[in-house]
Amino acid sequence: MKLNKTVMALAISAAILTGCSEDEKDASLIDGTQNANSGINDASTRGLNNGSGMNGSEMNNSGMYPNAGIGPEFSDPNNPLSKSTIYFMLDSSQVQNDFVPVIAAHAQYLVAHPGQRVVMQGHGDERGSREYNIALGEQRAKSVANMMKVQGVNDGQLDVVSYGEEKPASFGHDEASWELNRRVELIYQAK
Amino acid sequence: MNFVRKILLIGLVGFSMQTSHAEMTIEITEGIESALPISIVPFAMQGASGVPVDVSFVVDADLARSGYFKTLDKQSMPGRPSTPEAVQFKDWQALGQNYMVIGQVTEDHGQYNVQFQLFDVYKGEQLMGYRMTSSADELRRTAHHISDLIFEKLTGKKGVFSGRIAYITSSRQGKQSNYKLQISDADGFNAQNIASSYEPLMSPAWSPDGRKIAYVSFEKKVASIYIQTLATGERVSVAEFPGINGAPSWSPDGGKLAITLSKDGNPDIFILNLVNRSLTKLTKSMAIDTEPTWSPDGNSIVFTSDRGGKPQLYIMSSQGGEEKRLTFSGNYNARASFSPDGRSLAMVHGNGSDFRIAVMDMATKSVTVLTDGRSDESPSFAPNGSLILYASRKGGSGYLSAVSLDGKMQQKLVFNGSEIREPAWSP
Repeated sequence: MKLNKTVMALAISAAILTGCSEDEKDASLIDGTQNANSGINDASTRGLNNGSGMNGSEMNNSGMYPNAGIGPEFSDPNNPLSKSTIYFMLDSSQVQNDFVPVIAAHAQYLVAHPGQRVVMQGHGDERGSREYNIALGEQRAKSVANMMKVQGVNDGQLDVVSYGEEKPASFGHDEASWELNRRVELIYQAK
Repeated sequence: MNFVRKILLIGLVGFSMQTSHAEMTIEITEGIESALPISIVPFAMQGASGVPVDVSFVVDADLARSGYFKTLDKQSMPGRPSTPEAVQFKDWQALGQNYMVIGQVTEDHGQYNVQFQLFDVYKGEQLMGYRMTSSADELRRTAHHISDLIFEKLTGKKGVFSGRIAYITSSRQGKQSNYKLQISDADGFNAQNIASSYEPLMSPAWSPDGRKIAYVSFEKKVASIYIQTLATGERVSVAEFPGINGAPSWSPDGGKLAITLSKDGNPDIFILNLVNRSLTKLTKSMAIDTEPTWSPDGNSIVFTSDRGGKPQLYIMSSQGGEEKRLTFSGNYNARASFSPDGRSLAMVHGNGSDFRIAVMDMATKSVTVLTDGRSDESPSFAPNGSLILYASRKGGSGYLSAVSLDGKMQQKLVFNGSEIREPAWSP
C-alpha cells in the first residue's frame, strides 16, 4: 500500500464523480453500436435455413470391388480390373511401376468399351495445406488419365476430379493411413 | 515459459435449427508472464424474469482467455460490490489486484440495462464507465463488447472478443461425412450453419466488409466457388469451370476474387472481377500455382507454387508481371495469410515431417516459427493483428488454436464430436 488514507479517500470521490459524467457521455455511443449489430443475429439464422437445403448424398466409395456392377471381371481377384485404386508416394504424382499393369488393364477395357466413362478421383493425405493438396490430387488423377490416353482411351471417356485430403479412405493419422489416402480411385459410371 | 496456466470454460453451443450440440472447451496452454491481475466482480442482477446471460462471467472468460489477464476467482473475492461506494479498494489491493470491474444488469420490460465501471485498484480511480442497453439475444455480444473496451483501455490494443470466426466442420455419419460451414462468436458460442453438405466444403473467406463469405463446395460432385450473403442466405456460384475451382481470396476493395482454376490444364491463379465477371489469368507456369492471398494494400498477390520442385511462396503484382520467390527456409511453405497491416505474412511451414505456423517479417524477410504442432495449418490473423488463429491436431482430434504474434501466448478451442478446421477471423 503506497497511498495514505486521505489521498485514497480523495481519489475515490473523484473517481465516483468522473464516473457519473462519463456514464452519461458514453451511453448513446454504445446504444448505437448495439443497434448496428442487431441485424447480424437475424441474418445468420436466415442464412442457416438457406444453407441447409443442399444435399449431395453419394456415399464414399467403399467395399472391395466398387466397380463390380460393370462386369464380372471387376470382382475377379485374379483380374487386374478388380483393382481400382492407384497409390502414390508422398508429395508425388508419379505412377509407381506396380500400378502400370492395373492402369493398362483399365485402358484396354475402356478402348474395347468406348461408351464406358470413368471418373478418376484424385486424393491426398492430410499433411500440408488443403488447397495445395487439391492441386496435388488433380495432378495424380491426370497422371493416370494421361497414361490411359497414351494407350488409346478417348479423352471423352475420362473425367478428373480432385478431393485433396477432404475424403480420406482411412481416418487414422499415421503413416499407414496416409499411404492409403494418397490415391486415385477409378469410379466407373453406370451406363 | 515459467508461467503456464490452464483454465477450462465449458459451455453448450446450440445450433438453432438442429438438435445436435457441440460442447466447446477453451484452454490457455501458454500465457504471458506479465498477465495483469484483474477482478471481474459478478454483476448485480435485477429484474423480474432473471438475466439470461451471466455478463460478468463472459467478460471474465474473455479476458482470461486472451492471456493478457489473470482473473481472480469468485471464491477469493473479499466482497461483491456493484456500486463504487461499496468498493473497499484496500481489500483488493491486499489480494494483489491491479484492476477491478463492477457492474449491474437491470431488466426493464424485456430490455437489459448493463452498466459497468473499471477501476485502477492502487489509485482507487475509475478508468472507464459505460451504460448500454441490450435485448436478451444481444447480451452475449454486449458482454464481448465490454471485454473489448476493457482490453483496449488496459493494453492499448483493439480487443477481438466481439469478432466472429468462420470454419469448416466434418463429422462422420456411417459411411459418409457431413460437412458444415459455420460461423460463431470468437469464443465459440452462437455457432450457426451457413452451409451444410454431404460433399466437402472448403476454404471460407470473408469479404472485407464482413457481409459475405466465399467458399468452395463439392455439392455437385465437382468443385464450385460460391459467394453467400450472410444477411439473407442468398448465394451465387461465381466459378464452375472444368477442374479445380478453389482457394478464393478477396481483394481489399471487395471487388475481385483471386482464385485457383485448372481449366487450362494445370492450376493457375486468376483474378475474377465480381462486377463484370471478367477473368484475368495471373500465373502461367506449368507447375501448381494456388492459394493466392491479397496484400492489404491491394498491390500484391502471394501464392503457393511447386515450380521449384517443392511448394514455396511467391509474390507478384496483382496486375500481373514478374513472380519472385519469397521463402527459402524449409522444404514446404504454403497457404500464406497477411496481417491486417501488411507487415507480416503467416504461412504453413514444413521442415521434414512436421507442419507448423510461421510468420515472415515482410521488411526483413526473416521467418519465425510460432507453433510446435505436427500438422498445424490454415493461419488467419485476428483483426487487431496480435493473434493468429489456425487449425491443429493432436492424436485423433482436430481443433482450433490461437497463438500471439510473438509466440508467447497460445490457446486452444476444441469442439467435441466433430473435426474443426480452416478458421477465418472476420474482418
